[in-house]
Amino acid sequence: MLSPSSGNTVIKSKLIGRRMFLLTAAKAIVTFGIIGRLVSLQINERTKYKTLSDKNRFREWKLAPERGVIRDFYDKEIASNQQVYQVHLIPENSKDIEKLFVRLKTILNITEKKLFYLRRVIAKQKPWEPIIVSDNITWSEFSRLNLFLHELEGVKPIVSVARMYPDNSSAHILGYVSQVSAKDLQTKEYLKDLHVPGMSIGKTGLERKLDEEIIGKIGFQRYEVNAYGKRIKQILINEGQAGKSFKTTLDFEVQKFTSELIKDKAAAVCVMDVYNGDIVSIVSSPTFEPNEFVHGLDKNYWNSLIKNEMKPLTNKAIAGLYPPGSTIKTLVALSALENGVIKPLDTFKCEGKIELYGEKFHCWEKDGHGIVNLRKGIQRSCDVYFYEVARKLGVDRLSETAKKFGLGKKVLNGFIEERAGVVPNTKWKKKFIGQNWYLGETLHSGIGQGYFQSTPLQLCLMTAQIANGGFEIKPRIIFDKKNNNLREYIKYKNENPNDPLPTDLLVSNFELKPLFKNQEHINLIKDAMFSSSNEPGGTSYRHRWENKKFTFAGKTGSSQIKRFTEAQREAEVKQESLPYKDRDHALFVAYAPYNDPKYAISVLVEHGGSGGKAAAPIAKKVIKKVLERHELRKRIDSLLGEQV
Amino acid sequence: MFRARSIQSSLSIKDKILSIDYILVISIFILGLTSIIAMYSTDGGELKYHTKSHILRFFVFFIMFLTLSFIQIRFWHSQSYLIYFLFFILLLGVKYFGLTSSGSKRWLDLYFMNLQPSELMKIGLILFLAKYYHRTSIDNLNRIRYLFLPVVVLIAPIILVATQPDLGTALLIAAGGLTVAWLAGVRVKFFAISGFAFLALLPVAISFLKPYQKSRILTFLNPERDPLGAGYQIIQSKIAIGSGGLFGKGFLQGSQSYLDYLPEKHTDFIFTLFSEEFGFFGSLFILFLYAIIVWRIIKIGNVTRSNFGKLFCYGFGTAFFMYVVVNMMMVLGLLPIVGSPLPIMSYGGSSMMAIMLGLGIVMSCKVYKDTPVN
Repeated sequence: MLSPSSGNTVIKSKLIGRRMFLLTAAKAIVTFGIIGRLVSLQINERTKYKTLSDKNRFREWKLAPERGVIRDFYDKEIASNQQVYQVHLIPENSKDIEKLFVRLKTILNITEKKLFYLRRVIAKQKPWEPIIVSDNITWSEFSRLNLFLHELEGVKPIVSVARMYPDNSSAHILGYVSQVSAKDLQTKEYLKDLHVPGMSIGKTGLERKLDEEIIGKIGFQRYEVNAYGKRIKQILINEGQAGKSFKTTLDFEVQKFTSELIKDKAAAVCVMDVYNGDIVSIVSSPTFEPNEFVHGLDKNYWNSLIKNEMKPLTNKAIAGLYPPGSTIKTLVALSALENGVIKPLDTFKCEGKIELYGEKFHCWEKDGHGIVNLRKGIQRSCDVYFYEVARKLGVDRLSETAKKFGLGKKVLNGFIEERAGVVPNTKWKKKFIGQNWYLGETLHSGIGQGYFQSTPLQLCLMTAQIANGGFEIKPRIIFDKKNNNLREYIKYKNENPNDPLPTDLLVSNFELKPLFKNQEHINLIKDAMFSSSNEPGGTSYRHRWENKKFTFAGKTGSSQIKRFTEAQREAEVKQESLPYKDRDHALFVAYAPYNDPKYAISVLVEHGGSGGKAAAPIAKKVIKKVLERHELRKRIDSLLGEQV
Repeated sequence: MFRARSIQSSLSIKDKILSIDYILVISIFILGLTSIIAMYSTDGGELKYHTKSHILRFFVFFIMFLTLSFIQIRFWHSQSYLIYFLFFILLLGVKYFGLTSSGSKRWLDLYFMNLQPSELMKIGLILFLAKYYHRTSIDNLNRIRYLFLPVVVLIAPIILVATQPDLGTALLIAAGGLTVAWLAGVRVKFFAISGFAFLALLPVAISFLKPYQKSRILTFLNPERDPLGAGYQIIQSKIAIGSGGLFGKGFLQGSQSYLDYLPEKHTDFIFTLFSEEFGFFGSLFILFLYAIIVWRIIKIGNVTRSNFGKLFCYGFGTAFFMYVVVNMMMVLGLLPIVGSPLPIMSYGGSSMMAIMLGLGIVMSCKVYKDTPVN
């Protein structure tokens, strides 16, 4: 019994052993399979999984940078930042959003519409991303919110900074900031990595021009978060970088003064340093409240802006296009002199109108000016004289001079709203209107009507370039130490207080490019402008300054909106009796002081009637203000100049 | 027979202690310490509940394992059927008095611990079949009559466990039992036939699967199917292991587990945690320890004289290997997530108890390697 059984046992043992050997081989294969998998995951693909693990682990919250400040020439902040109180909400921290909204409504002033918008945002973004419930609440709301904070899970009261404009006198040139729109994100390259919900960007004016630099660098907080999105610890904080601050050439005092002066009119004023192109003042009226745009615009306010026929949102100084009217006569005369078409003492007889090419051309003075030479032509602004000059000159030579002096092109860099205007000539007409030039149109161009279109800034630049003796300058609004080193200038002035600056010094110090063939021609124009403002019979004689310190030389202009009918002309209809919309735009350009030009000014009053009546008085007051502040300005200028 | 008895009686206590397989004991001990380190990390670097209770269990069951090593191999042989039936009754008890947790009924409340009889059944079935095939002569082995009992003792607990439901454990119990049967010499054709039968019944079986089980299998086939739902575990586990790289993120630095991205880190995914913190070399170290343990178990099977001992050691060794491999393949994304613990490493008293019981019997085979069992 024992032996067969034990034999059996041995056979069985061997069988078990054989099968176990097979199993062991299988085990080895499986083990190598697992090692292979470990190699593939932990060695070959470790970078990929490391990245995935970090992506799990870290989450970043972006921090909006503080916008740079814009200052005026005297370092006064004209676009500053102020503390604002905001309410943020992190949806995942709140158990019941709807309940929270009901509670919030009792504490803050939130409309149903806003709540609807918030719900939509919450549904779109990740639950741990904060949303801004309100970006500017009052202090009393803020303190009430803090009082009830324990009942408001997920709500975070935040003290932040936002743009604040201390005054609306510079609203147009500064522009305004507002929330980033979807379109901004698409079109603006620099916003790609910069966007933080609730951040504002510049929409117009300087705010827009400087946006890329003034906006700053974004900061972020990197947190380690667990699987449920809860922040475990802060890993890294990068404060970002506040935006660059800018100093401008503007004088806030003058801005306020001018703005107050023209607030009831649709008007624009531009004041410029004739040597370096620094814009001292640039004001458009009526103005708007830029602070309203920072925290979401009120619809009623927006509608009131849009419906106002004086167009408060347009910066008339750079975006308003007006026929230059008689102010162009300075350039017509200059062009004629430069091209040798007339001599200063050549005369024409003005009888109030002439007939040319089968058409009647009227002078604004119905009875005519009699015998007129260049000086008198400019002084009295005689249209007939300039019809004659223009006829001889031809529109193409006129347009060449006008373009040289800055008309018909954008003169201020980087302002999206700025418009170029039109300096017509035969080629231009062919190209844009598709017709040949009529000789009659040359005559209209000669008195700044017809196709001519210019901005007040261009007219100011034109005047400045005449005033400085005919040198090219580039208008500047951002303060720039370059070309501003007046050491040589001041030295010369100290040694020869009463002499004008020699040409070579101007050219070398300010890199000025002469725009004339013969500077004597420029002086003739300047003298004619003086007579227009300071000699009896001049178009702005009534608004002169007797005080030598403020004496200015100017040129009036009025740009016709609607052609006068023969009947109106016969009846001597006054501008004041026309409907507002049909009245002429009043224009005035000048430089001051006459004996040592420092500043040029242009004034436009929409539908103001004649330049002498509506625009010159404004210019007179602004010129005084600017010249009174001149000493102060030069002191700062020379201080800054020394540093170079 | 006399000679055998004389050998047995001649074993002094000193002989017995000397004949223990020290490589195996030390490997298990090192693995135990490693598991404590890993458990400490799952508790976030603090000595908290899981770590404390794991340390306690490891030492209690390690001592149990050493004690069981000196129990006569004859005892295990003679009581095999009884042990199986005891475990079977416990399994039945689960069905009626069991504790339910997260949708499945697997535990019996024994006041001092929650016992999971299905883990014990892994050993019980191997023990039963080792004895059965030890006693069955090679001529009868493949007779249908002699296949009847093994099929019954295999199927009955599997059905009970699968309906708890605990598919993973049921499959591992079956794997252990089938291994013993195959090792004993049951012809391949029977396995083939039952395999076909299984395939034929598969559609029926699938209809009994709970929705979450179906989704697990589908998810395994394509983890990206539902990255935040059922696929989440596999994806996060792969990220954790992969991001460990060569040397790991360092002890207590496993961000995936520390920040709760890793599910079930105490139990089924303990290897993932270790692998994340200690990298490729850490993973190899664990694999190496398991390889030694399996190698020593099979080695003991080689030296033990009785076929009962051989069948048990080989069967248990292979099953042990499968527990390790199934768990690792699961966390490495090579198998669906079926829920099976990693022996000794994973948190869980019943699994630890069952493994230590099995190891105890193996060691008893070593100590009494020359003792015939009948």
